[in-house]
Amino acid sequence: MEALEIARWQFGITTVYHFLMVPLTIGLGLVVAVMQTLWYRTGEEHYLRMTKFWGKLFLINFIMGVATGLVQEFQFGLAWSEYSRFVGDVFGAPLAMEALLAFFVESTFLGLWIFGWQRLPKVLHLGALWAAVLASVFSAYFIIVANSWMQHPVGVELVDGRARMVDAWAVFTNNTALVAFTHTVFGALAVAGGFLLGIAWYHLWKRRHDGLDTVDGDGKVLVGTDDSRSRGVTDHQVWLRSARIGAVVALISFAGTAVSGDFQAKLMFEQQPMKMAAAEAACHDGTGFSVLSVGNLGSQDCDDIVAVFEVPGLLSFLANGDFTTEVKGVNTLLPEYKEQYGQTLPDDPMYGERAGMTIDYLPVMEVTYWGFRIMIGFGAVAAFAALVAMWILRKGTVPESRWLMRLAVFGILAPFGANSAGWIFTEMGRQPFVVAPNPDPSGIDGVFMFTAAAVSPGVSLSELVFSLVALTSIYAVLLVVEVRLLFTYVRGGVASAMPELAGKHDDDASSRGKDDDDVLAFAY
Amino acid sequence: MTELLPTIWFLLIAVLWTGFLFLEGFDLGVGMLMKLFARTDRERRVLLNTVGPVWDGNEVWLVTAIGATLAAFPLWYASLLSTLYLPFVLVLLALILRAVAFEYRGKMNSDSWRRRWDLAIFLGSFTSAAGLGAALALTTSGLPINENGDRVGGPFVWLTFDALLGAAAVVLFCLAHALAFLVLKTDGPIRERARRALIKLLPVAVVPLLAWAAKVYLAEGTGWAGLALLLAVAAAAASWFAERSSRDGWGFIWLGGTLAASLACIFGSAYPVVLPSTLNDAFSLTVDNAASSPYTLGLMSIIAAFGVPLVLVYQGWTYWVFRKRVTEQSIPEAHTVSPL
Repeated sequence: MEALEIARWQFGITTVYHFLMVPLTIGLGLVVAVMQTLWYRTGEEHYLRMTKFWGKLFLINFIMGVATGLVQEFQFGLAWSEYSRFVGDVFGAPLAMEALLAFFVESTFLGLWIFGWQRLPKVLHLGALWAAVLASVFSAYFIIVANSWMQHPVGVELVDGRARMVDAWAVFTNNTALVAFTHTVFGALAVAGGFLLGIAWYHLWKRRHDGLDTVDGDGKVLVGTDDSRSRGVTDHQVWLRSARIGAVVALISFAGTAVSGDFQAKLMFEQQPMKMAAAEAACHDGTGFSVLSVGNLGSQDCDDIVAVFEVPGLLSFLANGDFTTEVKGVNTLLPEYKEQYGQTLPDDPMYGERAGMTIDYLPVMEVTYWGFRIMIGFGAVAAFAALVAMWILRKGTVPESRWLMRLAVFGILAPFGANSAGWIFTEMGRQPFVVAPNPDPSGIDGVFMFTAAAVSPGVSLSELVFSLVALTSIYAVLLVVEVRLLFTYVRGGVASAMPELAGKHDDDASSRGKDDDDVLAFAY
Repeated sequence: MTELLPTIWFLLIAVLWTGFLFLEGFDLGVGMLMKLFARTDRERRVLLNTVGPVWDGNEVWLVTAIGATLAAFPLWYASLLSTLYLPFVLVLLALILRAVAFEYRGKMNSDSWRRRWDLAIFLGSFTSAAGLGAALALTTSGLPINENGDRVGGPFVWLTFDALLGAAAVVLFCLAHALAFLVLKTDGPIRERARRALIKLLPVAVVPLLAWAAKVYLAEGTGWAGLALLLAVAAAAASWFAERSSRDGWGFIWLGGTLAASLACIFGSAYPVVLPSTLNDAFSLTVDNAASSPYTLGLMSIIAAFGVPLVLVYQGWTYWVFRKRVTEQSIPEAHTVSPL
């Protein structure tokens, strides 16, 4: 292993990990803000409980996103100083704007929301949550702008060997960014949908398992009550409503990711043809979409890759919107890349010992091929499950089957998997470039960068190994802690977020809100 | 105007660091005082809740300072972070632990749970204060960087007297600042104890900060930076006298003034160099050779002119919303989350 590989592993691990928390923050935040809005407008108790319960899980996850996000702001300078020098003029702007215009709002107003119960007027308290949640969406936009510039650089010139921004409008309205942003927000909502559905399913199941809810001859729910734990009609409403919202959100967001993903794929066939050829493991030109290919996926010898099952014409449809245009395969593209961007790394001091090495323009095909399919597969499975769930929920509860409940809870992971796979695909598919060249004839000549050139020349292997081990270990421990906390709070039901509920009659909301004025409504 | 842009951005980054150390200064200090000052769990919770609603917003000043450095001075950002690789990694680990600890500490009702997170808050606060202090001191005193801005020498080549001075300056300032903050934000016995501790600590706590400022001034400062240094000394004295005569608000403000004047002296003396090379003056990064293009700086200036005042307004409002003092009586009972 050399420094470059360690630095790449570090970036990959910390970023994929960060992006486990981010989509849940964005998606669940939007859903909780809608719940609180419904409570504000209707005053109905179950909406308050939903806000409190899901809001608590939101916060347990939110802080992990914040903490791991800090690393992102620093690590371009830490391990990728040459990259920072090359792109800072254009890449730094969206990052700084994210901090100043979005992250500040998010952090400040979330503090107001957490501690503002009963301190702020209701409408301001609701406004604080909306401000924080919308800021997190806005934050995603800035980060996607930065990332999309690496996928498809626009609005720059090459001056003194560095990218220099000349057209901010082009950077901030990069078509790559606009579709990727849409795709990412729908992906985040898909995570929230699955999360809501899985956990609410568990509680509906638990109510039946504990003998509270039963079903009549038609399978319709008969809601029961456990007065000592505030588990009555309102509690049932909390879970049923949450499950339905979850299913609807999951379905809408799947449709959203599919449509935006289609736009994105068409752009990518133009902008990064090699990435899409690698997504297909297509060594030759063709029109069919591979559902399953086996063999040696990285091979340029077509005999080594067997397309077991192909859908004729689908690849052309994905790329061009028709069924007949041939899509270029790896063997057509490789010579083109070599001619345009060189056979070997330039003999430049920035490449150090790697200068003169042969450039491999082929991404790791096992990763791109399967990353693409896992993304689509998990997304589709989650959406199908949501559709089935919606049909089952029409009777007002879920079956007593423990097996089905476990499946629903386990299903929470599918949209997470789809999100991670999508990002791994698009980042690994961009290799060997860290800034992919813009192939547009009117595009940006010379503004591209090989990943091999981006790493910090002054940082030693031992430092990188230390930070990789330290960050990965602390992330692993914190993941265990977070998941354990989430489990505990989920098992406790609404009362875990509303301690005042324990031991009270279910629908008796009147006895609340008369706390001692001097005691904080919420404290760490 | 165009040639002034790098200087304006240097000024803005100095302001962001000052804002960060002024605001996060007291919550880093409160984090350390959780172990050094609070005696019971209830006292620890009083401390924690004085900064509860605001610490996360305070931390964004750091993120913005770093982000702004990348946007406005990419070469400064690249050299500073890669050269100080280990200290910054430690700072990040510390900030991660601390953030999660703040949020998770109260989420389970068990002594061992709380003890672990208290330790995380203490270590996290201490390490991040020390690491950032060292980094700031080194960006004014210099690092062994070559022509390309890369470090020459081993992973610990930054570990110098200046680094230790900067670390001590920020850690001790944060402790004093946090005590002044607690005098303002709490009531009852804990407040009196904080005041007494502050009066004892303050004269010692400002020494490394003033020494660091004096050192930078003597090395490369000009007239007005000396004035800032004198102001810093005067503000420290004023803060001490104010605390002794129980004018808490003034005590807090003057201590903040000590920080602001010291940093003005430090950044002012260092200007126009942002990262001196100890190997060769020609390799030093300055506001001009490390800056982004005028186009980018102009764009970012418009964003900052709109964004920074807005942040000040809504963060100020947050402090007003949570202006009430936190006492032992205002802390609700810890509750246990039990499965249904």
